[in-house]
Amino acid sequence: MIVRILAEGQWDISEDHLTRLNELDAQVETAVEVGDEVTFSSTLAALLDEVRKGGSTLADDSLVDSDLILPPADATLAEVRELLNDDGLIPG
Amino acid sequence: MSLMKRISLIFRSKANRALDRAEDPRETLDYSYQRQIELLSKVRRGVADVATSRKRVELQANQLEQQSQKLHDQAQKALSMGREDLAREALTRKSGLVGQLNDLKAQQAQLQGEEEKLTLASQRLQAKVESFRTRKETIKATYTAAEAQTKINEAFSGISEEMGDVGMAVQRAEDKTAQMQARAGAIDELISSGALDDASQVGQGDDISRELEAMSSDSDVESELAALKAGSSGATAPPAIESTDSTPPAPEEPQSQRPQSQQQREEGPA
Repeated sequence: MIVRILAEGQWDISEDHLTRLNELDAQVETAVEVGDEVTFSSTLAALLDEVRKGGSTLADDSLVDSDLILPPADATLAEVRELLNDDGLIPG
Repeated sequence: MSLMKRISLIFRSKANRALDRAEDPRETLDYSYQRQIELLSKVRRGVADVATSRKRVELQANQLEQQSQKLHDQAQKALSMGREDLAREALTRKSGLVGQLNDLKAQQAQLQGEEEKLTLASQRLQAKVESFRTRKETIKATYTAAEAQTKINEAFSGISEEMGDVGMAVQRAEDKTAQMQARAGAIDELISSGALDDASQVGQGDDISRELEAMSSDSDVESELAALKAGSSGATAPPAIESTDSTPPAPEEPQSQRPQSQQQREEGPA
Protein backbone atom coordinates (compact mmCIF):
# COMPACT_ATOMS: atom_id res chain seq x y z
CA MET A 1 0.00 0.00 0.00
CA ILE A 2 1.41 3.35 -1.08
CA VAL A 3 1.12 6.26 1.34
CA ARG A 4 2.12 9.82 0.57
CA ILE A 5 2.96 12.43 3.17
CA LEU A 6 2.47 15.73 1.40
CA ALA A 7 5.68 17.73 0.96
CA GLU A 8 7.73 14.68 2.00
CA GLY A 9 7.30 11.85 -0.45
CA GLN A 10 5.84 8.36 -0.74
CA TRP A 11 6.22 5.21 1.33
CA ASP A 12 5.37 1.59 0.72
CA ILE A 13 3.59 0.32 3.81
CA SER A 14 2.94 -3.31 4.64
CA GLU A 15 -0.63 -4.33 5.38
CA ASP A 16 0.06 -5.20 9.01
CA HIS A 17 0.83 -1.58 9.76
CA LEU A 18 -2.52 -0.53 8.49
CA THR A 19 -4.48 -1.18 11.66
CA ARG A 20 -2.31 1.19 13.67
CA LEU A 21 -2.43 3.79 10.89
CA ASN A 22 -6.20 3.60 10.77
CA GLU A 23 -6.47 4.09 14.51
CA LEU A 24 -4.31 7.20 14.40
CA ASP A 25 -6.06 8.41 11.30
CA ALA A 26 -9.41 8.19 13.04
CA GLN A 27 -8.04 10.20 15.95
CA VAL A 28 -6.74 12.91 13.63
CA GLU A 29 -10.06 12.99 11.84
CA THR A 30 -12.00 13.40 15.07
CA ALA A 31 -9.67 16.19 16.14
CA VAL A 32 -10.31 17.96 12.84
CA GLU A 33 -14.06 17.56 13.24
CA VAL A 34 -14.23 18.93 16.76
CA GLY A 35 -11.53 21.54 16.10
CA ASP A 36 -9.13 20.33 18.79
CA GLU A 37 -5.78 21.87 17.75
CA VAL A 38 -3.71 20.20 20.46
CA THR A 39 -4.89 16.66 19.81
CA PHE A 40 -4.71 17.34 16.10
CA SER A 41 -1.00 18.21 16.11
CA SER A 42 0.02 15.38 18.42
CA THR A 43 -1.96 12.68 16.62
CA LEU A 44 -0.93 13.92 13.18
CA ALA A 45 2.73 13.80 14.27
CA ALA A 46 2.22 10.24 15.57
CA LEU A 47 0.49 9.19 12.36
CA LEU A 48 3.26 10.57 10.16
CA ASP A 49 5.92 8.96 12.34
CA GLU A 50 4.20 5.63 11.99
CA VAL A 51 4.31 5.94 8.20
CA ARG A 52 7.97 6.98 8.16
CA LYS A 53 8.94 4.17 10.54
CA GLY A 54 6.80 1.44 9.13
CA GLY A 55 7.36 1.97 5.43
CA SER A 56 10.12 2.00 2.87
CA THR A 57 10.52 5.13 0.78
CA LEU A 58 9.77 4.95 -2.93
CA ALA A 59 12.44 5.92 -5.43
CA ASP A 60 12.27 9.53 -6.60
CA ASP A 61 11.57 8.53 -10.20
CA SER A 62 8.67 6.19 -9.41
CA LEU A 63 5.38 7.23 -10.99
CA VAL A 64 2.66 5.64 -8.92
CA ASP A 65 -0.31 7.25 -7.30
CA SER A 66 -0.91 6.76 -3.61
CA ASP A 67 -3.67 4.81 -1.92
CA LEU A 68 -3.57 7.15 1.02
CA ILE A 69 -2.43 10.76 1.29
CA LEU A 70 -1.55 12.53 4.50
CA PRO A 71 -1.27 16.25 5.28
CA PRO A 72 2.18 17.84 5.55
CA ALA A 73 3.85 17.65 8.97
CA ASP A 74 3.44 21.37 9.62
CA ALA A 75 -0.18 21.56 8.47
CA THR A 76 -2.60 23.48 10.64
CA LEU A 77 -6.06 22.23 11.42
CA ALA A 78 -7.51 24.93 9.20
CA GLU A 79 -5.32 23.84 6.30
CA VAL A 80 -6.45 20.25 6.63
CA ARG A 81 -10.05 21.39 6.54
CA GLU A 82 -9.31 23.32 3.40
CA LEU A 83 -7.50 20.33 1.95
CA LEU A 84 -10.63 18.25 2.39
CA ASN A 85 -12.58 20.79 0.46
CA ASP A 86 -12.34 19.82 -3.21
CA ASP A 87 -11.76 23.37 -4.40
CA GLY A 88 -9.31 24.02 -1.63
CA LEU A 89 -5.57 23.86 -1.42
CA ILE A 90 -4.60 21.46 -4.15
CA PRO A 91 -3.76 23.38 -7.32
CA GLY A 92 -5.90 22.12 -10.18
CA MET B 1 -14.45 7.86 5.60
CA SER B 2 -10.81 7.95 6.56
CA LEU B 3 -9.03 11.26 6.34
CA MET B 4 -6.12 9.73 4.42
CA LYS B 5 -8.50 8.17 1.93
CA ARG B 6 -10.48 11.34 1.44
CA ILE B 7 -7.40 13.37 0.61
CA SER B 8 -6.18 10.78 -1.88
CA LEU B 9 -9.57 10.69 -3.60
CA ILE B 10 -9.54 14.45 -3.98
CA PHE B 11 -6.14 14.29 -5.63
CA ARG B 12 -7.29 11.49 -7.89
CA SER B 13 -10.45 13.21 -9.01
CA LYS B 14 -8.41 16.25 -10.02
CA ALA B 15 -6.17 14.04 -12.13
CA ASN B 16 -9.15 12.32 -13.73
CA ARG B 17 -10.82 15.58 -14.62
CA ALA B 18 -7.68 16.73 -16.38
CA LEU B 19 -7.51 13.45 -18.30
CA ASP B 20 -11.14 13.64 -19.37
CA ARG B 21 -10.61 16.97 -21.05
CA ALA B 22 -8.33 15.60 -23.75
CA GLU B 23 -9.74 14.15 -26.99
CA ASP B 24 -6.72 12.13 -27.96
CA PRO B 25 -5.22 10.86 -24.69
CA ARG B 26 -1.76 11.04 -26.21
CA GLU B 27 -2.12 14.80 -26.39
CA THR B 28 -2.52 14.81 -22.64
CA LEU B 29 0.99 13.48 -22.35
CA ASP B 30 2.58 16.40 -24.13
CA TYR B 31 0.40 18.93 -22.43
CA SER B 32 1.11 17.46 -19.03
CA TYR B 33 4.83 17.32 -19.75
CA GLN B 34 4.80 21.01 -20.58
CA ARG B 35 3.11 21.78 -17.31
CA GLN B 36 5.61 19.62 -15.45
CA ILE B 37 8.48 21.62 -16.90
CA GLU B 38 6.75 24.84 -15.91
CA LEU B 39 6.18 23.57 -12.40
CA LEU B 40 9.79 22.47 -12.15
CA SER B 41 11.04 25.96 -12.92
CA LYS B 42 8.48 27.38 -10.53
CA VAL B 43 9.81 25.20 -7.72
CA ARG B 44 13.36 26.24 -8.49
CA ARG B 45 12.35 29.89 -8.38
CA GLY B 46 10.63 29.11 -5.10
CA VAL B 47 13.86 27.68 -3.67
CA ALA B 48 15.75 30.81 -4.75
CA ASP B 49 13.10 33.12 -3.26
CA VAL B 50 13.13 31.35 0.07
CA ALA B 51 16.95 31.45 0.09
CA THR B 52 16.87 35.20 -0.52
CA SER B 53 14.48 35.71 2.37
CA ARG B 54 16.58 33.51 4.61
CA LYS B 55 19.70 35.51 3.81
CA ARG B 56 17.90 38.74 4.54
CA VAL B 57 16.77 37.47 7.93
CA GLU B 58 20.30 36.23 8.65
CA LEU B 59 21.70 39.65 7.84
CA GLN B 60 19.21 41.31 10.14
CA ALA B 61 19.98 38.85 12.90
CA ASN B 62 23.69 39.67 12.53
CA GLN B 63 22.97 43.38 12.74
CA LEU B 64 20.91 42.93 15.87
CA GLU B 65 23.56 40.66 17.32
CA GLN B 66 26.21 43.34 16.78
CA GLN B 67 23.96 45.95 18.28
CA SER B 68 23.36 43.76 21.27
CA GLN B 69 27.08 43.09 21.70
CA LYS B 70 27.71 46.81 21.49
CA LEU B 71 25.21 47.47 24.25
CA HIS B 72 26.84 44.77 26.34
CA ASP B 73 30.26 46.41 25.87
CA GLN B 74 28.79 49.78 26.73
CA ALA B 75 27.30 48.38 29.91
CA GLN B 76 30.66 46.97 30.88
CA LYS B 77 32.40 50.24 30.16
CA ALA B 78 29.80 52.23 32.05
CA LEU B 79 30.14 49.94 35.03
CA SER B 80 33.92 50.29 35.02
CA MET B 81 33.39 54.03 35.17
CA GLY B 82 31.11 53.64 38.12
CA ARG B 83 27.97 54.58 36.17
CA GLU B 84 25.58 51.82 37.15
CA ASP B 85 22.60 53.84 35.90
CA LEU B 86 24.05 53.97 32.40
CA ALA B 87 24.97 50.27 32.50
CA ARG B 88 21.44 49.45 33.54
CA GLU B 89 20.03 51.43 30.63
CA ALA B 90 22.34 49.71 28.15
CA LEU B 91 21.30 46.31 29.47
CA THR B 92 17.63 47.27 29.34
CA ARG B 93 18.00 48.20 25.69
CA LYS B 94 19.86 45.00 25.08
CA SER B 95 17.07 42.93 26.58
CA GLY B 96 14.69 44.67 24.18
CA LEU B 97 16.79 43.41 21.29
CA VAL B 98 16.98 39.87 22.55
CA GLY B 99 13.28 39.28 21.91
CA GLN B 100 13.60 40.50 18.33
CA LEU B 101 16.71 38.44 17.86
CA ASN B 102 15.06 35.24 19.07
CA ASP B 103 12.15 35.91 16.75
CA LEU B 104 14.51 36.37 13.81
CA LYS B 105 16.38 33.19 14.66
CA ALA B 106 13.14 31.24 14.73
CA GLN B 107 12.24 32.69 11.32
CA GLN B 108 15.66 31.84 10.01
CA ALA B 109 15.26 28.23 11.09
CA GLN B 110 11.81 28.03 9.56
CA LEU B 111 13.00 29.44 6.25
CA GLN B 112 15.93 27.07 6.28
CA GLY B 113 13.50 24.19 6.73
CA GLU B 114 11.30 25.47 3.90
CA GLU B 115 14.32 25.79 1.65
CA GLU B 116 15.43 22.23 2.34
CA LYS B 117 11.94 20.86 1.79
CA LEU B 118 11.54 22.68 -1.52
CA THR B 119 14.98 21.59 -2.67
CA LEU B 120 14.06 17.98 -2.02
CA ALA B 121 10.70 18.48 -3.69
CA SER B 122 12.38 19.87 -6.77
CA GLN B 123 14.76 16.89 -6.88
CA ARG B 124 11.87 14.44 -6.60
CA LEU B 125 9.88 16.25 -9.25
CA GLN B 126 12.85 16.39 -11.58
CA ALA B 127 13.34 12.62 -11.29
CA LYS B 128 9.65 12.00 -11.91
CA VAL B 129 9.46 14.38 -14.87
CA GLU B 130 12.41 12.60 -16.42
CA SER B 131 10.78 9.25 -15.86
CA PHE B 132 7.51 10.55 -17.28
CA ARG B 133 9.24 11.84 -20.40
CA THR B 134 10.73 8.42 -21.10
CA ARG B 135 7.41 6.72 -20.59
CA LYS B 136 5.60 9.30 -22.72
CA GLU B 137 7.89 8.64 -25.67
CA THR B 138 7.43 4.90 -25.33
CA ILE B 139 3.68 5.23 -25.18
CA LYS B 140 3.50 7.51 -28.20
CA ALA B 141 5.75 5.25 -30.25
CA THR B 142 4.15 1.96 -29.30
CA TYR B 143 0.45 2.38 -28.81
CA THR B 144 -2.53 3.62 -30.77
CA ALA B 145 -4.75 6.16 -29.10
CA ALA B 146 -7.16 3.47 -27.98
CA GLU B 147 -4.49 1.17 -26.66
CA ALA B 148 -2.58 3.95 -24.98
CA GLN B 149 -5.34 4.86 -22.56
CA THR B 150 -4.44 2.56 -19.66
CA LYS B 151 -0.74 3.26 -19.91
CA ILE B 152 -1.38 6.96 -20.02
CA ASN B 153 -3.67 6.84 -17.02
CA GLU B 154 -0.98 5.11 -15.00
CA ALA B 155 1.78 7.53 -15.89
CA PHE B 156 -0.51 10.49 -15.63
CA SER B 157 -2.02 9.83 -12.24
CA GLY B 158 1.38 9.25 -10.68
CA ILE B 159 2.84 12.50 -11.94
CA SER B 160 -0.29 14.51 -11.39
CA GLU B 161 -0.39 13.61 -7.71
CA GLU B 162 3.23 14.73 -7.43
CA MET B 163 2.40 17.96 -9.21
CA GLY B 164 -0.49 18.64 -6.88
CA ASP B 165 1.78 18.00 -3.91
CA VAL B 166 4.66 20.12 -5.19
CA GLY B 167 2.32 22.89 -6.34
CA MET B 168 0.88 23.03 -2.86
CA ALA B 169 4.33 23.02 -1.23
CA VAL B 170 5.45 25.95 -3.39
CA GLN B 171 2.29 27.85 -2.57
CA ARG B 172 2.71 27.32 1.15
CA ALA B 173 6.36 28.33 1.03
CA GLU B 174 5.43 31.49 -0.86
CA ASP B 175 2.78 32.36 1.71
CA LYS B 176 5.14 31.85 4.61
CA THR B 177 7.90 33.81 2.93
CA ALA B 178 5.55 36.68 2.18
CA GLN B 179 4.49 36.86 5.83
CA MET B 180 8.08 36.91 6.97
CA GLN B 181 9.07 39.49 4.42
CA ALA B 182 6.49 41.85 5.76
CA ARG B 183 8.00 41.48 9.23
CA ALA B 184 11.54 41.68 7.87
CA GLY B 185 10.61 44.94 6.15
CA ALA B 186 9.41 46.35 9.45
CA ILE B 187 12.67 45.36 11.16
CA ASP B 188 14.75 46.86 8.33
CA GLU B 189 12.91 50.11 8.87
CA LEU B 190 13.51 49.94 12.58
CA ILE B 191 17.21 49.29 12.10
CA SER B 192 17.69 52.02 9.53
CA SER B 193 15.74 54.62 11.49
CA GLY B 194 17.64 53.74 14.64
CA ALA B 195 14.31 53.42 16.38
CA LEU B 196 15.31 50.05 17.73
CA ASP B 197 17.84 51.83 19.91
CA ASP B 198 15.09 53.86 21.50
CA ALA B 199 12.44 51.17 21.54
CA SER B 200 13.21 50.07 25.04
CA GLN B 201 14.87 53.21 26.24
CA VAL B 202 13.99 54.07 29.79
CA GLY B 203 13.63 57.58 31.01
CA GLN B 204 15.32 60.42 29.26
CA GLY B 205 19.00 61.04 28.84
CA ASP B 206 21.71 61.12 26.25
CA ASP B 207 22.55 58.31 24.01
CA ILE B 208 24.69 55.88 25.96
CA SER B 209 27.67 55.91 23.68
CA ARG B 210 27.71 59.70 23.48
CA GLU B 211 27.68 59.91 27.24
CA LEU B 212 30.37 57.28 27.56
CA GLU B 213 32.45 59.06 24.99
CA ALA B 214 32.09 62.31 26.81
CA MET B 215 33.03 60.58 30.03
CA SER B 216 36.03 58.87 28.55
CA SER B 217 37.32 62.03 26.90
CA ASP B 218 36.91 63.74 30.27
CA SER B 219 38.98 61.05 31.87
CA ASP B 220 41.52 61.27 29.06
CA VAL B 221 41.91 64.94 29.82
CA GLU B 222 42.28 64.15 33.50
CA SER B 223 44.95 61.56 32.88
CA GLU B 224 46.85 63.81 30.53
CA LEU B 225 46.65 66.54 33.05
CA ALA B 226 47.98 64.18 35.70
CA ALA B 227 50.79 63.18 33.39
CA LEU B 228 51.62 66.81 32.72
CA LYS B 229 51.71 67.57 36.40
CA ALA B 230 53.93 64.58 37.04
CA GLY B 231 56.15 65.73 34.18
CA SER B 232 56.58 69.28 35.41
CA SER B 233 57.47 68.14 38.93
CA GLY B 234 60.41 66.04 37.66
CA ALA B 235 62.77 68.57 36.10
CA THR B 236 64.08 66.45 33.23
CA ALA B 237 61.01 64.43 32.26
CA PRO B 238 59.73 65.09 28.74
CA PRO B 239 56.16 66.32 28.47
CA ALA B 240 53.76 63.55 27.44
CA ILE B 241 51.35 65.62 25.35
CA GLU B 242 50.89 62.89 22.73
CA SER B 243 50.24 60.17 25.23
CA THR B 244 46.58 59.32 25.77
CA ASP B 245 47.00 56.91 28.65
CA SER B 246 47.66 57.71 32.23
CA THR B 247 50.83 55.68 32.69
CA PRO B 248 53.65 57.87 33.81
CA PRO B 249 56.52 58.47 31.41
CA ALA B 250 59.10 55.70 31.14
CA PRO B 251 62.00 55.85 33.58
CA GLU B 252 64.69 58.17 32.41
CA GLU B 253 67.77 56.84 30.76
CA PRO B 254 71.12 58.57 31.32
CA GLN B 255 71.17 60.17 27.87
CA SER B 256 67.89 62.00 28.51
CA GLN B 257 69.66 65.26 28.12
CA ARG B 258 69.50 64.96 24.31
CA PRO B 259 67.18 67.17 22.38
CA GLN B 260 63.64 66.13 23.08
CA SER B 261 62.54 65.52 19.49
CA GLN B 262 65.24 62.94 18.95
CA GLN B 263 64.34 61.07 22.10
CA GLN B 264 60.69 60.87 21.08
CA ARG B 265 61.55 59.41 17.73
CA GLU B 266 63.55 56.67 19.33
CA GLU B 267 61.05 55.83 22.00
CA GLY B 268 58.38 55.90 19.34
CA PRO B 269 55.55 53.32 19.24
CA ALA B 270 56.35 50.27 21.38
